[in-house]
Amino acid sequence: MSASHAGRLDLDRLARGDRTRIVVCCGAGGVGKTTTAAAVALRAAEHGRRVAVLTIDPARRLAQSMGLTELDNTPRRVAGVDTGRGGHLDAMMLDMKRTFDEVVESHTTPAKARQILANPFYQALSSSFAGTQEYMAMEKLGQLRARDEWDLIVVDTPPSRSALDFLDAPERLGSFLDGRLIRLLGVPARAGGRAYVRVLQVGFGVVTGAITRILGGELLRDVQTFVAALDTMFGGFRERAEETYALLKRPETAFVVVAVPEPDALREASYFVERLEADGMPLAGLVLNRVHGNGPGGLSEGQASAAAERLDDIRGHRLTASLLRLHAENLRRSTRDARRGARFAAAHPNVPIARVPALPTDVHDLDGLREIGRRLAARS
Amino acid sequence: MSDWEGVRLHVVTGKGGTGKTTVAAALALALAQGGRRVLLVEVEERQGLAQLFDVPPLPYSERKLAVARGGGDVFGLAVDAREAMYEYLDTYYHLARAGRALDRIGVIEFATTIAPGMRDVLLTGKTYEETRRRRPNQSYVYDAVVLDAPPTGRIARFLSVNTAVLSLARVGPINRHAAAITELITSPRTAVHLVTVLEEMPVQETADAVKGLERAEIPVGAIVVNQIRPPHLGVRDLAAARRGRLDRAAVTSGLRAAGLDGSDALVDHLTAEAAAHANRVALEKRERAAVSTLDRPTYELPRIPDGIDLTALYELGAALSAQGAA
Repeated sequence: MSASHAGRLDLDRLARGDRTRIVVCCGAGGVGKTTTAAAVALRAAEHGRRVAVLTIDPARRLAQSMGLTELDNTPRRVAGVDTGRGGHLDAMMLDMKRTFDEVVESHTTPAKARQILANPFYQALSSSFAGTQEYMAMEKLGQLRARDEWDLIVVDTPPSRSALDFLDAPERLGSFLDGRLIRLLGVPARAGGRAYVRVLQVGFGVVTGAITRILGGELLRDVQTFVAALDTMFGGFRERAEETYALLKRPETAFVVVAVPEPDALREASYFVERLEADGMPLAGLVLNRVHGNGPGGLSEGQASAAAERLDDIRGHRLTASLLRLHAENLRRSTRDARRGARFAAAHPNVPIARVPALPTDVHDLDGLREIGRRLAARS
Repeated sequence: MSDWEGVRLHVVTGKGGTGKTTVAAALALALAQGGRRVLLVEVEERQGLAQLFDVPPLPYSERKLAVARGGGDVFGLAVDAREAMYEYLDTYYHLARAGRALDRIGVIEFATTIAPGMRDVLLTGKTYEETRRRRPNQSYVYDAVVLDAPPTGRIARFLSVNTAVLSLARVGPINRHAAAITELITSPRTAVHLVTVLEEMPVQETADAVKGLERAEIPVGAIVVNQIRPPHLGVRDLAAARRGRLDRAAVTSGLRAAGLDGSDALVDHLTAEAAAHANRVALEKRERAAVSTLDRPTYELPRIPDGIDLTALYELGAALSAQGAA
């Protein structure tokens, strides 16, 4: 690492210090986001903080280890956590549909809520369609933070095409809700029948014509009923999205980008880092998982390979030759990982990095999470 | 003889980090072998194909990416939801002009970025169109289409988005279009191949995805076990290494025979590495057994240590054909 680089990411300062109230883990799929989030949360809890971890799509055995067997969309106490210092850990798994239902219920009258919840368009939107997860994860984060029951909330982001979609959500929702489309869709159901034709300005005729032609009368009516029913709660919806965005921007939030030393994952990490910086989001740094290292006491790669070759010509030393080849392969991998990490560091000199050594097995219990936590905290 | 005669749409998915884009590209090369035309489609706006084939970013039109062995062609297409929306409006409703009006009031933005699910409808729709495109003489433009699809966690939802649309639009043009796409995706002309590596979480996700696809009545194709590293030790040495009982004296004398210092520290280091290696091989064996319980045709691909280039893609493609994938 060069002298000018920001240096090491101190996750313990995030986990234990009381300045940080929210940690958001983002990164490509398969890099250990959920495990990192859970490990940071557990470490903070065992240090004495009251912590909630919100996961989106945890691996089954990791979920079980945290007692996440029920999907009731509310944080539940995790058993087996050391509470000796006065902290505790609550965990929850996001239920996308339920979160959406709750938003509807809390923003409108019971009668209207029933009407919305029964609408076929709403049902498809809230349960079967991709994209809803991003909105609902951030909605849930806002709710949990507003309850102020936790010193620290750790959240992992959905495994989406672009895990930062949620940054755009408030603005998109805002411009959509303020936009002409929503008025266009809302008008007929409100004004009834053909009245909307009069309300529309020049140029809208072709648009409504097109929409009717594409959607067909029945679907259009469903959408219109849905929009009309939502109308009363739109203001609140938008406000919430903006509040959550503002919350993410505050210095009490820390974004942690997670990656592994593979080209694709690091490319995604670069994209996330640049995007967060461009939006002025509080970026804490990069966690580089599964970094292969090599302890002291070995040979150089060249020495090991040359020695293995020499032994090929001598009978009776197949075992040693194999061990030397294995050693050379490990060295190649650790050199490669180090080079990839260094390349990222050079391209992003202001981003602190925590390197987490590769573990021999997957993590699926609290002990495994503690070990990851230790490795995250250890000076490397 | 290919395991997938009659399949026109090969969907390739996998957990992040398992190499699904690489496998999709290798499969396309394998399918194109001997003079066939294959289209490789990406839908996640990552320009993964351009990266992989080392060409400039792909536009929203087919570009030739590579020539297969024996003269076939692999074309690439990066589907963009916005362009797909314009095209859809023009093709099905002759609404090219209205498209611009729709754009001005935010309909296109809404459909491609805000409205959940709409993106997936457009992306699967475009893939469907490419699969059935014909020349004036009625022959197919592409002999096969390979879709580099979203990851396993989202694949069943992605592919069944049109079923959800059917329940919304019960009549009309959207209904007909969604029904046609659903028909293709649930027919034997489609196969969804799952890429995994021999680690616990990817294998578990693969098993979950198989169940999800079966529930949605989408045909599951092969399991591709990627990034296989052959063990460095034989079965008996592996067992000994795990128990910490490798023959230290033999290692010491081997090191000396090679002209190295056979110090205890070096022997410790090498045997510790051997133990870690043996544990990983044992774990891989367990995961391989888990893969075999899924009872699907399974192909194995070696790990390419120094990054994937075109040469590596040819090698992987050849390995896939040799095992019956094409």
